[in-house]
Amino acid sequence: MTAHWPATKPDDGVRARIEALFGSAILGVTEHCGETTVLIVRDAIVDVVTGLRDDPDLAYDQLMDLSGADFPTRVCRFDVNYHLLSLTKNRRIRIKLHTDDVLAVPSLTSLYPVAGWFEREVWDCYGVRFDGNPDLRRILTDYGFQGHPFRKDFPLTGYVELRYSEEHKRVVYEPVQLAQDFRNFDFLSPWEGTDYVLPGDEKANTPPPPMSAGSKQVAPVSTAEAPHPAGESKAKPDG
Amino acid sequence: MVEQSTLPDLDTGTTSPMTGAELRAARLAPQPATITPLLDRDPTTNDSANYMINFGPQHPAAHGVLRLVMELDGEIIERCDPHIGLLHRGTEKLCEAKTYLQALPYMDRLDYVSPMCMEHSYVLAIEKLANIEVPERAQYIRVMFAEITRILNHILNTTSHAMDVGAGTPMLWLFEQREALMGFYERVSGARFHAAYFRPGGVHQEMPDGLLGDIGDWANQYEKHLDDFQGLVADNRIFKQRNVDIGVISKADAIAWGFSGPCIRASGVAWDLRRSQPYEVYDRMEFDVVVGHHGDCYDRFMVRMEEMRQSIRIIKQCVVQMPAGRHASFDRKVVPPGRGEMKRSMEALIHHFKLYTEGFHVPAGEVYVATESPKGEFGIFMVADGTNKPYRCHIRATGFSHLQAMDFLCKGHMLADAPAVLGSLDIVFGEVDR
Repeated sequence: MTAHWPATKPDDGVRARIEALFGSAILGVTEHCGETTVLIVRDAIVDVVTGLRDDPDLAYDQLMDLSGADFPTRVCRFDVNYHLLSLTKNRRIRIKLHTDDVLAVPSLTSLYPVAGWFEREVWDCYGVRFDGNPDLRRILTDYGFQGHPFRKDFPLTGYVELRYSEEHKRVVYEPVQLAQDFRNFDFLSPWEGTDYVLPGDEKANTPPPPMSAGSKQVAPVSTAEAPHPAGESKAKPDG
Repeated sequence: MVEQSTLPDLDTGTTSPMTGAELRAARLAPQPATITPLLDRDPTTNDSANYMINFGPQHPAAHGVLRLVMELDGEIIERCDPHIGLLHRGTEKLCEAKTYLQALPYMDRLDYVSPMCMEHSYVLAIEKLANIEVPERAQYIRVMFAEITRILNHILNTTSHAMDVGAGTPMLWLFEQREALMGFYERVSGARFHAAYFRPGGVHQEMPDGLLGDIGDWANQYEKHLDDFQGLVADNRIFKQRNVDIGVISKADAIAWGFSGPCIRASGVAWDLRRSQPYEVYDRMEFDVVVGHHGDCYDRFMVRMEEMRQSIRIIKQCVVQMPAGRHASFDRKVVPPGRGEMKRSMEALIHHFKLYTEGFHVPAGEVYVATESPKGEFGIFMVADGTNKPYRCHIRATGFSHLQAMDFLCKGHMLADAPAVLGSLDIVFGEVDR
């Protein structure tokens, strides 16, 4: 059975060529599912992409995609992923860099005009700054929107909702009011290990309060390794 | 001229002693003519100011909710700033809160003119990450419906493009054919638009009896309608005046602006993902990659017309070569069992329950999978963390890059050319705004 997803070409020395060209800027190269990802130093992005575009052996002439991703536990919490495509060599590559909401990423608008809106989108959705983009306005969200909605700490329902008010004869913004609680089902099996503590379970590790004299002595029940009842873990109460 | 004397004098900070009544009388008094008659003007100076107009957000030729803020010099477009996001629903964020299967119907709602091609990239991304096998028959069904979808999309685009520049008849003629295609959608998935038919591991259901033959019959008669349509507009003087040499983009510019699909092929780049990075059974199909020369609106239109003929070729080959076998993988950890099986087998019932509640888990990793959607390269960048939900699902929308070039394409053209350029780029806002 051959793979039925879009075919990718074997490496053919591309990786070695990239490492030779930008050795100092590269933090790591990974191969996964036949795709090459190059993690680079943030400030080297313009040099690296210029090299990838202009080197005759690489010739990545199209910037197909630019996207962000949020990993809140990391120090530099945002990933910025650049997907380059070579029309002549028929190859793709992913360039990745890390940043946070303060450190600006050099803009690629001087190399690929198409980067302009992509960077606006990442700025809008994640709040990643791009240094050198001449037009870094919001793009997808509403006029006057506050916050960066694709961050993991931004609630799915948002903070404001709008409706047409017959009384004011215009659209009004109001805090979100949910007719029913937002339900975030967590179907992960409790037997395969969860990374959260169910409400009430945190008491298991605290020592029981001292008993008063005369009361019936009950051996403290060790609940630390007791499996969670399956029913309780079905719906994780939303915080 | 009346002196604007009630305004505070910026130097002294005082206002002039003119009362309100005097000012009103002065405003109502007949003004001396300040506009110089046309013949008396000095043609070497341009003393008229540009003006800005809003094209949209509700404009029939904007193909959805697009607001184009245009700076016009007379009727010449000097600058064009598309304001998008009026249909933004946060699909990527919603995907993060759903299981892989639950997020699939969101794809239909991206480019709602070619729903199955949106699903295609999404399911391929999952299958690539989780290394899921898909039976040959399912691959043929997918390719056949991807091509049906391509025709579905191109019928809408070419006829509405013709309508934008003044030809109303083609839409009436070809929408009957489009109706037949949506009938196929309905028979195979139960829905005319939002099919949710491509699933990880195959397609949702086996095709009903007789559908394959009907698709073949339809494909045999469609080209006649296409010829009628093409004969009506392709050599029409008005149609050519409105499209030839309008919105020209060169090969190098098309590459730099991230064009793909018919738009880059119209500029002379023979690039088609079905050919260069074949997926499913496209490597077994015989079809030509259609290429234009001039990169103008007319070439983009004609590339789509010819692509429909190529799609017909692929559909016919699929009908002939359609192998027997299963419509979806037998891997019960990914594909739920059929209804009948579920009623008899305890094991099947458990699988069904687990797949529709917890869903399947996709191993951690990231992939970018792009397919040739009717509009161009439609990509899904999926980051999986090993759970049953995507950690991040970025959608590379084709129209997003194309629309960005509006300013480049429209600069220097007349206002009336903007709808032609927009129509030739094939923009659908479900996809652009996501």
